[in-house]
Amino acid sequence: MTNHWIDIKNSDVILIMGSNAAENHPISFKYVVEAQNRGATLICVDPRFTRTASKADIYTALRSGTDIAFLGGMIKYILDNKLYDEEYVLGYTDAAMLVGESFDFKDGLFSGYDPKKRAYDKASWALMRDDNGVPRRDDTLEHPRCVFQLLKRHYARYSLPLVSRITGTPEKDLVKVYRTFAATGERGRAGTILYAMGWTQHTVGVQNIRAMSIIQLLLGNMGVAGGGINALRGESNVQGSTDQGLLFHILPGYLATPSTAWPRLEDYLKRRPKSGDPLSANWWQNEPKYIVSLLKAYFGDAARKENEFGYGWLPKLDAGQAYSWLDLFDAMHAGKIKGFFAWGMNPACSGSNAVKTREALAKLDWMVAVNLFDNETASFWRGPGVQPDRIGTEVFLLPACVSVEKEGSITNSGRWMQWRYAGPKPRAESRPDGDIILALGRKVRELYRAEGGAFPEPVLHLKWDYEGPHGEFDPHRVAQWINGYFLEDVKVGDAVHRKGTRVPAFALLQADGSTACGNWIYCGSYPEKGNLSARRGQEDAPNGIGLFPEFAWAWPVNRRILYNRASVDAQGQPRDRKDWVIRWEDGKWVGDVPDGPWPPLGDLKKPNPASRWPFIMTVHGFGQIYGPGLNDGPFPEHYEPLECPLERNYMNAQRINPVAPVWEGKTDAFATCDPRFPYVATTYRVSEHWQTGVMTRTQPWLLETQPQMFVEISEELAALRQFRNGERVRAVSARGAVECTVIVTKRFKPLKLGDLVVHQVGFPWHFGWRWPESGREESANLLTPSTGDPNTRIPETKAFMVNLQKV
Amino acid sequence: MDLTRRQFVQATGAAAAGIAFSGLGANLKPVEARAGQIKTQGAKQTTTICCYCGVGCGAIVHTRQQDGRVINIEGDPDHVINRGALCSKGAALSQLAESPNRLARPLYRAPGAKEWKPVSWQWAIDTIARRVKTTRDANFLAANAQGKPVNRLEAIASVGSAALDNEECWLYQAFLRSLGLVYIEHQARI
Repeated sequence: MTNHWIDIKNSDVILIMGSNAAENHPISFKYVVEAQNRGATLICVDPRFTRTASKADIYTALRSGTDIAFLGGMIKYILDNKLYDEEYVLGYTDAAMLVGESFDFKDGLFSGYDPKKRAYDKASWALMRDDNGVPRRDDTLEHPRCVFQLLKRHYARYSLPLVSRITGTPEKDLVKVYRTFAATGERGRAGTILYAMGWTQHTVGVQNIRAMSIIQLLLGNMGVAGGGINALRGESNVQGSTDQGLLFHILPGYLATPSTAWPRLEDYLKRRPKSGDPLSANWWQNEPKYIVSLLKAYFGDAARKENEFGYGWLPKLDAGQAYSWLDLFDAMHAGKIKGFFAWGMNPACSGSNAVKTREALAKLDWMVAVNLFDNETASFWRGPGVQPDRIGTEVFLLPACVSVEKEGSITNSGRWMQWRYAGPKPRAESRPDGDIILALGRKVRELYRAEGGAFPEPVLHLKWDYEGPHGEFDPHRVAQWINGYFLEDVKVGDAVHRKGTRVPAFALLQADGSTACGNWIYCGSYPEKGNLSARRGQEDAPNGIGLFPEFAWAWPVNRRILYNRASVDAQGQPRDRKDWVIRWEDGKWVGDVPDGPWPPLGDLKKPNPASRWPFIMTVHGFGQIYGPGLNDGPFPEHYEPLECPLERNYMNAQRINPVAPVWEGKTDAFATCDPRFPYVATTYRVSEHWQTGVMTRTQPWLLETQPQMFVEISEELAALRQFRNGERVRAVSARGAVECTVIVTKRFKPLKLGDLVVHQVGFPWHFGWRWPESGREESANLLTPSTGDPNTRIPETKAFMVNLQKV
Repeated sequence: MDLTRRQFVQATGAAAAGIAFSGLGANLKPVEARAGQIKTQGAKQTTTICCYCGVGCGAIVHTRQQDGRVINIEGDPDHVINRGALCSKGAALSQLAESPNRLARPLYRAPGAKEWKPVSWQWAIDTIARRVKTTRDANFLAANAQGKPVNRLEAIASVGSAALDNEECWLYQAFLRSLGLVYIEHQARI
């Protein structure tokens, strides 16, 4: 989230699309309802009439997987009716920048497409720059190559009738939603978007969010209270685990994983693009300080200037190669992976195409599963249809503690790092995950020390002194190294920071090895004055917008609303006088921690040279309506899901995203416009269960309230196929089958796409054969396909095709 | 009731400092009188953050001193996000901690076996460490197909976990990267 949970109450219009917050983030609704009580309008757009929809002032349905068509229509509506915030668009976004002549878009393809590689050469999308490397501009916004005009041209095709034919949403509903949300372009009004996996789990996932980002920039909704782009994260620490780099492509703090593109540290240190604009903070140019400080945290004294601080010890990816979830299980399925850790995860139910995943697990030599409960992954060798004596995989199942039995921090969706304490003792022989990791690392290091082995340096030099007095894992020690230390006396300005003290803020990190920091965005969370994530201060901001700056700690530097310098005008005065976030007063900023200390711009035509443009994380300092860095194009374009009910894309000549990853193995089958699989399907969650359900299917109250796998279908589909409420059916896709109980409901309605009538059905994905003990309830991911977004490679589990059969 | 709970936490400062304590503050007479009748009397009180979705609601955990087990978990009225409220899953948190279905000890399944077998922690850690080393030594890639140095290990993969604390996540990725793993993934990808 650029903003945070409490901030939702400051919104004037809340759009919930790609999320069912009322069901899946129930407490968030305290703030949605509070906003409504203060006069805000809630809009819900969802294939199904959800619990969120039941609270909405405006609800409308769309076909799953057509969000870009829906949002592209809104972009067109805003531009056609001049509802954008012109001052903001001109001053704070890239709308006036000129795009190079080689950029083009034709027949659904952007320039630079290579059909053999299914990839774009992005060089043709570059901005025009002057001799100093500053992007060229046309402040009249009339130049045919300026971003604003290209945007207009791109979305000119997204007319109401065409959008309606693709999405199935009636034109009058489209206009109602567009008009209501676009009204937040008015100065002093804020609109927010709450989205979740309903937007990310598509072959166009990133571009769904980009489309909304364009809308938020046009309307001046970024940086303000009650605005922003807000991803509602589904797990208590999925924000933190991402921040800490538990993904193939990032190290802690969103530093890129080293690859063959940067074989030496010096290559890595030079990798970030420069801006020729002296007013661009271009914050990522500080990356050298963060990577060197991280290497010092990894390898301690062994990381020295002479050995590139141990950069050579880190594994390198092959440049351009993905090692993501889908790629991982494809490699495992091909027998290339021998050993596997499933740590606090249940991939036999959680990932797309679980049929393939379960087959892949059987190819392993060994697997370590760490969990609170036995689950479908750990016990895959005794699952339905599996003969244990034919499975050669050795499995270790280790009991972990429940969170209340251990101490440490987690980071919520609003980037708040919050400390928790150990209450009960670990039950039976269960252990904190940290203890297990520490003990395993200790033993592996012991073996390498005693016996040597392949490339032992990184194993032996890894700093591994995070023990308490009894050899147990000490979360405070790790938290302090994540925060960072001065390793030598460091003089910055007039101040000398003493060796052995903790770094108070990331601006003080160094690239010469004199500081260590495990994660630069968490620098300042645990300074000398103590553990700020444990704070419980009850005082709010003076205007009551819910910042609570002394409750817990938010990254970065306790900033509660990102890009907040875009919430003020050039004089540093809030665009929204009432719900202001920061303001320039007597020569300093007051309010939230500003996005950098620089003074206001002053005059946009002749800005103060000491100031900086507000979007400090982008190269040139402006909000990016034009996104030339993505793999699938600078503007979001509607493509159909890999599996869809249409023979062609009504918007352009490409049916699916031309760069979406597609696998072609036997288990990767897909079926489009195939009479065997006529219904559009999607997956979702219910309040009473969580993720694959391992932690909730095992509990009596929660299992009683939601006891079994179901499929929701419309009354019309039930009549057509003569399905009765409560009867068991088999849902089938091109990959697998799942038995479900039918729920006939008004929540789904058939959609009209022109003359075509399309039925949608929906499944919860919480179930699996291990619990409940009946063994009859299975995972919806046995149905979902092997494809995903070409940028994130998040699988497309929100739009696929199925059929339902009588059992 | 809410008011007394709030005073209870604030007066002791235990929640903020993370110090376990038992009994009630001597200056809280009315609370003391009431506590005589409730099952959380004498319990250790700690604050936590709910382990389910990403909202980050606060809860208060009451733990029995005698056996170290959970008596009750309820919403924390001083948490500025949830102000004491919890959803259906949060309200059932004590059932998660005290579930008889939880794994009690390390289990092992040998190749081809039809059953789990209980094993000791030490045997499990020693044996897993040995498997890691054997697989790593046999499969470590110093260079890729083009001969470029890569120093990586593709034969071991890891998924997990958003269920770990930040400090555990950091430690885990450091360990995996020291071994050379590149197949490092978790819930955020799916």
